[in-house]
Amino acid sequence: MKYQVQENYLTIFLPGELDHHNAEEIRKESDHLIEHNHIRYVIFDFADTKFCDSSGIGVIMGRYRKIYMLGGEVCAVHTSERIRKILTMSGVTKIMQIYEEEK
Amino acid sequence: MENTNEMQIIFDSYSSNESFARVAVAAFMTSLNPTVEEVADVKTAVSEAVTNAVIHGYECRVEKIFLRCTTCEDTLEIEVEDHGKGIEDVTKAMEPLFTTRPELDRSGMGFSFMTAFMDQVEVSSEPGKGTIVKMKKTIGKGRKIWTTQSL
Repeated sequence: MKYQVQENYLTIFLPGELDHHNAEEIRKESDHLIEHNHIRYVIFDFADTKFCDSSGIGVIMGRYRKIYMLGGEVCAVHTSERIRKILTMSGVTKIMQIYEEEK
Repeated sequence: MENTNEMQIIFDSYSSNESFARVAVAAFMTSLNPTVEEVADVKTAVSEAVTNAVIHGYECRVEKIFLRCTTCEDTLEIEVEDHGKGIEDVTKAMEPLFTTRPELDRSGMGFSFMTAFMDQVEVSSEPGKGTIVKMKKTIGKGRKIWTTQSL
């Protein structure tokens, strides 16, 4: 999994398939990064993601809880139509802003 | 009955097999000529059912998951069966955001996604015996007849 830390921002470059199998790894690695780098903002980058299920929603909700306690925010970028549908249906769009590409 | 097709797969409850299961069902349903959207819906629903069996049914032990698929005319029927611990209160388990494993970052949206993406979802479960999730979806329901524009 690829991550980028810039000041107190953590970008998580999500994999092609965000399911339970991959979610476990992201959960452990990102929590470690959040705790050790004074992270306040988490950006979920869906550029490569073609599949996402409720395990992916779980990853977002878990990170949100952690970051919210620290007074920060989470957001999503590069979402496809399918991913936006999943995010909207699950209701996480109420706690997370989706930023669209400027064209 | 005419135009029926059937397949069964038995696989170990490794989390890596979740992607195998949904891709196998996606490949099987191509004969129904589904849209990209319909394939994505079915893949998500299968993924949820299999993930439930791995995490909740077998509690991450490695045992067998049974996946059965049937197509009849334009309807796809999927059954995911595990012989794990079963569900005590199915109605409660199917409530959105209800989860027994919040410590694992489970969102509690699994059954909600299954019901949202499939036409029909039935769950039969007995504590200590296991769970069977039956899902049905009619493919090509919303498809409009393709007509050319008149000149």
